[in-house]
Amino acid sequence: MPAITLIEAVNMALAHEMEQDKSVVALGEDVGTNGGVFRATDGLQAKFGKERVIDTPLAESMIAGVSIGMAAQGIKAVAEMQFMGFIFPAVDQIICHMARMRHRTRGRITLPMVVRAPFGGGIHAPEHHSESTEAIFAHIPGLKVVIPSNPSRAYGLMLAAIRDPDPVIFLEPKRVYRIVKHEVEDNGEDYPIGCCFVDREGTDITLISWGAMLHETNQAADKLAEEGISAEVIDVATVSPLDIDTILESVEKTGRALIVQEAPKAGSLGSEIAAEIAEKGILNLLAPIGRVSGYDTVMPYYRLEKQYMPTVDRVLEEARKIMEYK
Amino acid sequence: MTTVAKFEIKYTQYLDKDGKPTTKKLPKLAKDVDTLKTLYRSMNLIRTLDTKAYALQRTGKMGTYPAALGQEAVGVGFGSALTKEDVLVPYYRGHAAMIEHGVTMEEVLLYWGGDERGSDFKNAKEDFPIAVPIATQLLHAAGIGKAMQIKGEKRCVATEIGEGGTSEGDFYEAINVAGIWNLPVVFFINNNQWAISVPSEIQTACETYAQKAIAAGIEAIQVDGNDVIAVREAAEKAYKKAREGKGPTLIECISLRLCDHTTADDARRYRPEGELDEGWKAEPILRLRKYLESLDAWTEDDEKTMQEELAKEVQQAVDNYVNLPPDAPEAMFDYLYDELPARTMEQREYAIQRANKGAK
Repeated sequence: MPAITLIEAVNMALAHEMEQDKSVVALGEDVGTNGGVFRATDGLQAKFGKERVIDTPLAESMIAGVSIGMAAQGIKAVAEMQFMGFIFPAVDQIICHMARMRHRTRGRITLPMVVRAPFGGGIHAPEHHSESTEAIFAHIPGLKVVIPSNPSRAYGLMLAAIRDPDPVIFLEPKRVYRIVKHEVEDNGEDYPIGCCFVDREGTDITLISWGAMLHETNQAADKLAEEGISAEVIDVATVSPLDIDTILESVEKTGRALIVQEAPKAGSLGSEIAAEIAEKGILNLLAPIGRVSGYDTVMPYYRLEKQYMPTVDRVLEEARKIMEYK
Repeated sequence: MTTVAKFEIKYTQYLDKDGKPTTKKLPKLAKDVDTLKTLYRSMNLIRTLDTKAYALQRTGKMGTYPAALGQEAVGVGFGSALTKEDVLVPYYRGHAAMIEHGVTMEEVLLYWGGDERGSDFKNAKEDFPIAVPIATQLLHAAGIGKAMQIKGEKRCVATEIGEGGTSEGDFYEAINVAGIWNLPVVFFINNNQWAISVPSEIQTACETYAQKAIAAGIEAIQVDGNDVIAVREAAEKAYKKAREGKGPTLIECISLRLCDHTTADDARRYRPEGELDEGWKAEPILRLRKYLESLDAWTEDDEKTMQEELAKEVQQAVDNYVNLPPDAPEAMFDYLYDELPARTMEQREYAIQRANKGAK
């Protein structure tokens, strides 16, 4: 079994499900002949034809809106937004229709569909290509928002997203598209949406993260271990609906929580997780909840990108502060 | 310099404002008295419903409502030409077409009465609910058309928009993709001359709204939207073409909004003096009545009997609407997802408990 990258895992899941389920269709800008600018759909058009891997005109609202119409008719659309920074023309469709069609028709029309988008910083990309705006979507009832952090989870969660009876926003941390490889068997087994994954068990502090930042967080956990601090690491994976129970259980055990995210701090998913811990688990805490995040600034253009992105050192400093709190 | 492309927009009208044929080449429909009577009745039904809905709003029994006064021929014309298998994707002023395609009056009233159950159509199972965000629905129509194309079905999709909505990006994105993919979609523009307070002089530099479709490579025509024969005839042709896989059509129907934008609007603030007087002389219902009378197919007695029947039918729908109690609070939660997340389940229980206690 060859080891594959996260982007290859996305491709493998798409191919698997398109093979199994004839109603699955991939569409987006450059997804066909070109196989996607990151190659997520590489080879799929050759395999499944132009009617199932569709190169669309350059119009994001159209991609989302057309996918809604297709999904309502039983064609499971897996739509690609080329970069999350270009998703905004489609937000009207996503929020006003995709998220609420089931509700507003009392279940008469449902939308099993996926909107994929690469997101996050750290690859020296042009302006508008590096933001982490998952909180915008996590705030919207009716959506599920999934962020895989590694190749195995990308495969299992993508399968689950396509099979889900409701619309899923699938955000792919593009910085880690190719930095790690996992041996992933193409066995069609999906991972549950709506569950956190405990990446590493520990007893002193809970580190909570998702997407690309999991990698910094895990490295920080390694270093903390060298210092004799046992960190539990949680990959949130589904940022909406949030599996707060797994987080609360962990915090009950460790008594300390540090949230690590790439997005700006204010009004973020980290804010929500911190609020939930405070509401339901504050009496288990031995120290204030910590947050390492991007700054509340516009995502800087790439010469300052490294100053913005949370680093292993920033995670370590904050974790130590929490450990030393008295 | 050479001309590389040339375009024209054709306008069709069969009956003038006095119900007199404007051409000797009338379509079969113009001689099909039974169908014309049905269309006449349907337009009157919409007018009766709108009058009643206004009264409900004014007496606090309903929320904001957009009537179709003076525009009945548009929705009735194209809605009645759809088969049961076709799919309708309406806009917010789309109840005439919706009712023609099987949505009940009670459902329309429920929707504007603030109840999602109004979009759970009993009959028109595949039709989309009313889309309030302007022009967004056209993309759904394109997607439904794409699905039909992928599945190899011989059905079509009809969708409607106001002329103001054609300034939205989604309008252009929808006609563009319908053109390039040759989708079985028919776009209807109800050009009722007003986008709330904004007239066409402020909306577009185009001579017609139809010509916008030329840029998408779509056949575009303009019809007199107060002439139900012209609307229905154009719709039938376009549907046939779409079902045969010959691609989309855009049909601009020129009407006039004889009412306010909605019950929340007061058109006296912006409508030029005299427009309504002229408009009432050209409205679609009187025009068809005059034509039917000229064929000796309609009498004063027929009119009286029909109006009495319509009043009863509409009153029955109103009674059904008014007498339906609001949904239970858990309805807020129960249709959000296939399976409600655990966190939201807690909120559901909380909302139910409070409601059961009568808590405020």
